[in-house]
Amino acid sequence: MAMDFATVLGQWPMLLKGLVLTAVLTGIAIPLGVLLGIGCAWSRLYGGAPLRFVVAAYVEVFRNTPFIIQLFFLFFGLPSVDVRLSPEVASILAMTLNLGAYACEQIRAGIEATPHGQIEAAQCLALSPWQTFTRVVLPPSLGRVWPSLVGQAIIVMLGSSVCSQISTEEISYAANLISSRTFRSFESYILVTVIYLGLAVLLRQLLNWVGPRWVFGRRG
Amino acid sequence: MVDFTFWDIAKQLLLALRWTVGLSLIAFVCGSVLGMALLVLRLAKLPGAQRFVAAYVQVFQGTPLLMQLFLTYFGMAMVGIDTSPLLAACVCLTLYSSAYLCEIWRGCVEAVPKGQWEASASLAMGFTEQLRHVILPQALRMGIAPTAGFSVQIVKGTALTSVIGFIEITKAGQLIANATFEPFMIYGCVAALYFALCFPLSLWSQRLERRLRPRR
Repeated sequence: MAMDFATVLGQWPMLLKGLVLTAVLTGIAIPLGVLLGIGCAWSRLYGGAPLRFVVAAYVEVFRNTPFIIQLFFLFFGLPSVDVRLSPEVASILAMTLNLGAYACEQIRAGIEATPHGQIEAAQCLALSPWQTFTRVVLPPSLGRVWPSLVGQAIIVMLGSSVCSQISTEEISYAANLISSRTFRSFESYILVTVIYLGLAVLLRQLLNWVGPRWVFGRRG
Repeated sequence: MVDFTFWDIAKQLLLALRWTVGLSLIAFVCGSVLGMALLVLRLAKLPGAQRFVAAYVQVFQGTPLLMQLFLTYFGMAMVGIDTSPLLAACVCLTLYSSAYLCEIWRGCVEAVPKGQWEASASLAMGFTEQLRHVILPQALRMGIAPTAGFSVQIVKGTALTSVIGFIEITKAGQLIANATFEPFMIYGCVAALYFALCFPLSLWSQRLERRLRPRR
């Protein structure tokens, strides 16, 4: 078994294009997913009973079905009811919904761990419920669960490889294409796997840097 | 075109469900055995073993399962093993779950107070005796709930084996959807079946977590 990486590396423009799309999909889906998770966590804790039920159903459905089925349902299933999504939009939507469901539960756990005195203190300062939530409760809650949120974001980034199955031309799609063009399957997949590994390490560092500075750090 | 009644579709999907369940069980059982072996290797403090296991876990947790499947499928063919999708799926999911289970259980072992190691060492227990009689019984008790939770990930992971051509329920759904042109209904049914498998596991894991929460 002789390895031939040169042939695969010769296709670098395709890999680069795929890498960019992977980064774009992830870059859009992670913030949206976390926002969705925050919204859902709020709904499950403070919303009315119907809203709580709907959100709980959404969370359980998305946490207990495979990502690939969610993707297929959005991309192949929805056109039957006249909702047509491009592969990229379907991918972003699926990734966002998937991350939102997991993030909801993690953020909810973070919020539940808020000491009651904090909320009472905020009320004493005459902060409105909205101010209390966004300024007092939420930032430290996000800080508490940030490590697990980062882990989940990485899982979603890695999961984006599945989007190649609905012809989203991200980096796994490039790997499939290169492997069928050059017949160097193992080499193309190992190369792309190594790129994913690098992306996972980078994303972790990026989010660990972003979190304390922009998400739950002190604001003046 | 063949006409499918709803009953035909349901029957085909249920037949394919056996493969999803079977593959999940194989991956879980073999993954547990391998994961436990890796954990012992890591705890035994053999030179280099700790680093090897850490790298192994990092590789499997830091790369997409889809790529792992492709690599196993094509890699096994490359070294001259006659691969079937079933074999590749079993091998890959076993490796994948062993990495995660090893990491889950390592967390549990680390949560066992250090004094337990010291106390058992002071009773002149050897490494295997310490593990068997003192550390693992406590650690695994803590590990039950997250392990049950991870089994949901395994069931969901088997869906990806459809991509290398293993006919479990996702692939069956794809084939039927292509033949009947009713993807909305079919993928809805497939999702419902996965939900029926995974949701009870999730609930069970949550209940275990509440019940077995260590009291301090």
